[in-house]
Amino acid sequence: MKAVAKAGLGWIAAAALLTAVGLSSPAVADPDAPACVPPAYLLATEAKLKGVAAALKTTRKLDILVVGSRSSTIQSAENSSYPGRLQALLRERFPGVTVNVTMEMRPKRTAGDIATGLGALVAERKPTLVIWQTGTYDAIRSIDPDEFRTALGQGIDAVKQDGADIILMNLQYSPRTETMINPAPYLDAMRVVAQEHDVPLFDRFALMRHWNETGEFDLFSPAPGIDLALRVHNCLARALMALVIEAAQTDPAEVRTQR
Amino acid sequence: MTPPVTTIAEPVTGAPPAGGPPPEPAELSPRPAPLPSHKPVPKRELRLDLFRGLALWLIFIDHLPANVLTWFTLRNYGFSDATEIFIFISGYTAAFVYGKAMTDLGFVVAAARILKRVWQIYVAHVFLFTIFLAEISYVATSFQNPLYSEEMGILDFLKQPDVTIVQALLLRFRPVNMDVLPLYIVLMFFLPPILWLMRRWPDVTLGLATLLYAATWQFDLHLTAYPSGAWVFNPYAWQLLFVFGAWCAMGGAKRLSRVLASKVTLWLAAAYLVAAFYVTLTWYTPQLFHTLPKWLEQWMYPIDKPNLDVLRFAHFLALAALTVRFIPRDWPALNSPWLRPLILCGQHSLEIFCIGIFLAFAGYFILAEVSGGAVLHFFVSVTGICIMSAAAWLFSWYKNVASKAGSRTPPDADLAGGDAA
Repeated sequence: MKAVAKAGLGWIAAAALLTAVGLSSPAVADPDAPACVPPAYLLATEAKLKGVAAALKTTRKLDILVVGSRSSTIQSAENSSYPGRLQALLRERFPGVTVNVTMEMRPKRTAGDIATGLGALVAERKPTLVIWQTGTYDAIRSIDPDEFRTALGQGIDAVKQDGADIILMNLQYSPRTETMINPAPYLDAMRVVAQEHDVPLFDRFALMRHWNETGEFDLFSPAPGIDLALRVHNCLARALMALVIEAAQTDPAEVRTQR
Repeated sequence: MTPPVTTIAEPVTGAPPAGGPPPEPAELSPRPAPLPSHKPVPKRELRLDLFRGLALWLIFIDHLPANVLTWFTLRNYGFSDATEIFIFISGYTAAFVYGKAMTDLGFVVAAARILKRVWQIYVAHVFLFTIFLAEISYVATSFQNPLYSEEMGILDFLKQPDVTIVQALLLRFRPVNMDVLPLYIVLMFFLPPILWLMRRWPDVTLGLATLLYAATWQFDLHLTAYPSGAWVFNPYAWQLLFVFGAWCAMGGAKRLSRVLASKVTLWLAAAYLVAAFYVTLTWYTPQLFHTLPKWLEQWMYPIDKPNLDVLRFAHFLALAALTVRFIPRDWPALNSPWLRPLILCGQHSLEIFCIGIFLAFAGYFILAEVSGGAVLHFFVSVTGICIMSAAAWLFSWYKNVASKAGSRTPPDADLAGGDAA
């Protein structure tokens, strides 16, 4: 019996120790750092957006088409969702370039549904860059990840054939629905397809999770009001712009001096 | 006397391996035990309990939101995860217990017992589904976050309960975290014929299982799920692990011992584990993602979890080979009170599994309501593990008491539910 008691004490001690580790772990946000800086590794990409680079340097006209779903918008604040913010930020950053960001909402559609019409859509709108935000509805419907992967590939090929650049954007990090929606297979699929097709992936999931872990946002909050959504979308737009610039390998200063 | 005591709490691990002695009362073993001394009886294979307990803890932690403890779980260090361990050990113990029942009581009685077990698992599954329903219903009314209006699409399932609930009863609609039990149900359901065959021609059975596994990949065999897609764990593929476990229990493990003892196996397994670890590392540190050669990526990805990718299976085999080599059957620590919580959990796997899933749901609730940070996350994980261990201890205590009473008087029909068979 003594041994049992001893072990019990041991387990309590171990738990206490681990709790101490847990206590020390929450990353302390640097008070001097500007809000929601994305970690550099999440924006590193080997894929190139040649069309965007050319648009910034020569034609001076950048048309971006966001093909998205409900999570690309904020109800009752459309202009403050990330596509709207992206347009504002890009215009500010590249004053000499005409930047237009348009939204194509396709709510409650799987990647497969969207991929079939994507070629025609791009041929009609002729954007320089397509930002394809997808995966959430597939996760909700638990679409076969193989099917999802194939659809992604088809969509990307269609966009490229029409001569546009493309960025994939994955799911939101949504801790509260994690017991109901499993994002992992779809995140994996998007990473693999982006790698295979040499396309930049905007890892929205990892970014939001990073910000949640560093205490930037409390994404667990059950009723945070619209304020949280506005701030998250603003940060996403900033990170997205950084990715576009990185993948276009464009130095904003250089573009400006050519004015 | 073994039959009456085996099934009250957990028939699969309840019986002693060779059926000789009465099951060792779990909480008695730390005392100087007189039991093992009087006969050279085969002792309970505590390693199985230990690792199944470990698998249950890991499954619980993996079902919670990521926190510090998540870094201790297996899936961060290689291809396979706790599910492989759970299914393999379940196959091993099921073959052991019911194989013996088949010898003692005949095919029909043993098969009936297995089906009764299947029923228990099914009921457990339905119980978990009810909790899931309660959870999403609650979220539907309480969660108002404009950021996640799209994710709330999951609540559409509530709009057609007639379809959703029936599909869940048919095992076709399985929300997140509820995929292991349906797989277990199907595998156990087919255990009687598997065992029948296994007792006659073990190698043929294993061969057939491998054939079916190969056919799964060749012909894309799968079970469809609702609302779309296929089962997350494809039983056509995962049966290989289960049957392999059964084969090991039926003497295969002994025959493998020479292979397992060889230096070549050791180094192969170690090298494979290291390589798998490096690949896994590239998933979590995107800086390393580009260091893998492209041909390797194209050959390796996707690592198909639903169909038990060969890489995952091999990873499990490598892990098992090293474990068997470095943790001998009579490893003294197995009797140490330190590992007792794990072993107890492993001995009541179905109950602890369900409690774990329930606690994961409950943990989510707490985290969501209190909007806690990493500290609370961590606290919830540790508390969950403590509750699981305490529950396992309680089950063991009850089983002991019940079995002592059961050996003297005929068991109460309601209590034992016909377990005496």
